[in-house]
Amino acid sequence: MDTLRASWFGFEKTWTWYRRNWRATAVSGFLTPVLFLLALGVGFGSQVQSTALIGGVPYLQYLAPALVVVTAVQGATFESTFPVMSQFMWQKSFIAMVATPITPAQVLYSQVMWLGSQLLLRSVVFVGVAAVLGAAAGPGILLAILAGTLAGLAFGVPLVAYSATLEKPEAFNNIFRFVLMPMTLFTGAFFPVSQLPDWLVPVVWLTPAWHGIELARGATFGTLDLLPALGHVVYLGALVVVGIVLGVKFFHRRLAV
Amino acid sequence: MENLVEAKALTKHFGSFEAVRGIDVEVRRGEAFGFLGPNGAGKSSTMRMISCVSGRTGGDLKVLGMDPGTDGPKIRARLGVVPQLDNLDTELTVRQNLQIYGRYFGMSRQKCREKAVELLEFAQLADRADHEVEPLSGGMKRRLTIARSLVNDPELLLLDEPTTGLDPQARHLLWDRLFRLKQEGVTLIITTHYMDEAEQLCDRLVVMDGGRIAAEGSPKELITRYSTKEVLELRFQPDEEKPDLTRFAERVEVLPDRLLLYTVDGEATLQRVHEQGVTPVQSLVRRSSLEDVFLRLTGRTLVD
Repeated sequence: MDTLRASWFGFEKTWTWYRRNWRATAVSGFLTPVLFLLALGVGFGSQVQSTALIGGVPYLQYLAPALVVVTAVQGATFESTFPVMSQFMWQKSFIAMVATPITPAQVLYSQVMWLGSQLLLRSVVFVGVAAVLGAAAGPGILLAILAGTLAGLAFGVPLVAYSATLEKPEAFNNIFRFVLMPMTLFTGAFFPVSQLPDWLVPVVWLTPAWHGIELARGATFGTLDLLPALGHVVYLGALVVVGIVLGVKFFHRRLAV
Repeated sequence: MENLVEAKALTKHFGSFEAVRGIDVEVRRGEAFGFLGPNGAGKSSTMRMISCVSGRTGGDLKVLGMDPGTDGPKIRARLGVVPQLDNLDTELTVRQNLQIYGRYFGMSRQKCREKAVELLEFAQLADRADHEVEPLSGGMKRRLTIARSLVNDPELLLLDEPTTGLDPQARHLLWDRLFRLKQEGVTLIITTHYMDEAEQLCDRLVVMDGGRIAAEGSPKELITRYSTKEVLELRFQPDEEKPDLTRFAERVEVLPDRLLLYTVDGEATLQRVHEQGVTPVQSLVRRSSLEDVFLRLTGRTLVD
């Protein structure tokens, strides 16, 4: 059985689960953007004066493409932690899968496929909501869908690999608190990175969120040059590849002992 | 006769721990083969190697004539695996569990639907088909796990402790299903630490202890070879000193609460013991079982 087919069957399983349980995730997937856009864009944004630093656009529109990326990265974090660990330890569905012709590597690929599809869906919903609320500056924001999906994968896939090495879920709380939270707040979604202390900026450059936000906002406002855009895509793509390589290794180690 | 499994000097190490220390095993087509031993004997590690999930550390292993190291997916396509711990998708329905598992083997959706209906009958779960798995009883989950392992019509079915944790009624129902499979020509490999299960189900078995094979044969052969026809069990007060009765039996085993006297005629032995003025609290004459074989081979009881 070829790899793509085998991975697809793993995807199908999660899809079957999703069809029964989609309401819970759909509500949060739809509510999160609405609440964020209303509170921070419409509400808080009404008190924010547009400056040249944010391109002279209304704050709501400045925020929207970046929030696509931020919610994708958040969604990726949730999808890549407890659900992955559960399938090793509690539900044990991965263990059931590798008793069939499906290999540990194919189990990982099926997870990456699932994650990508979820991020794409979340980002599409977000952009749709943003358009309705008048937060979309122009058709360029459609490209934020791709930026969000890619940035989410760049953070989520290595996290899937990491989750495969854990025996206890405690580490996840540290990731939520000390990685996800600062990455949400300080990577340029809410204010330009140039306002941060100089020593912090190189750290921000390491985060997938910053690269995704640069891409999403640049595409929305047409301020993106080809070379930096390429740089962001290559960096995010490299993180995905690293995540897959490590994931194959860790899934094999976990499932084939 | 064709061998579905051939292992020679098979070993498995986890770091410095030697779980399996060089075993030779042959499983023939159509038989029910057992690995009997206490927890930690190396049964599950052996099963995982045979099911082509875990690689071997050393020795030779052929399953269905192929090498698990290179042909794992191809072999697994023709195996059924019932793991020690249920790993059903508990948030899906009974039917969905069967259908999805069929997909893992590359079966068409149509075929999976048909197979699910057939297996629901087999597992006696047709009336629960569209219920979620989570609230089902342990016995029902176990039957579903077994049904699921049959979705690809396996030639070889591997069952790791299939009835551990089930009540007697659920066990008998399960054994009945396994008998039926055997009659249909499915080769079974079963690990268990229950001697009655091994005696009920297995044509041939190996007794494992400490990663090695201590003995091999049919349950009957093993009992004849390693034990006497009957056993006289004498129970004494816990703090009472037990008398030396070695002269009355071929062999005597001293357990914390009782003596086991291995003899051809238990009643006769009991009478002679009574004549000597020995008065146990309780006495019982029974046939030898695999438990006695295990005790003889390892000096320990099977279930501690």
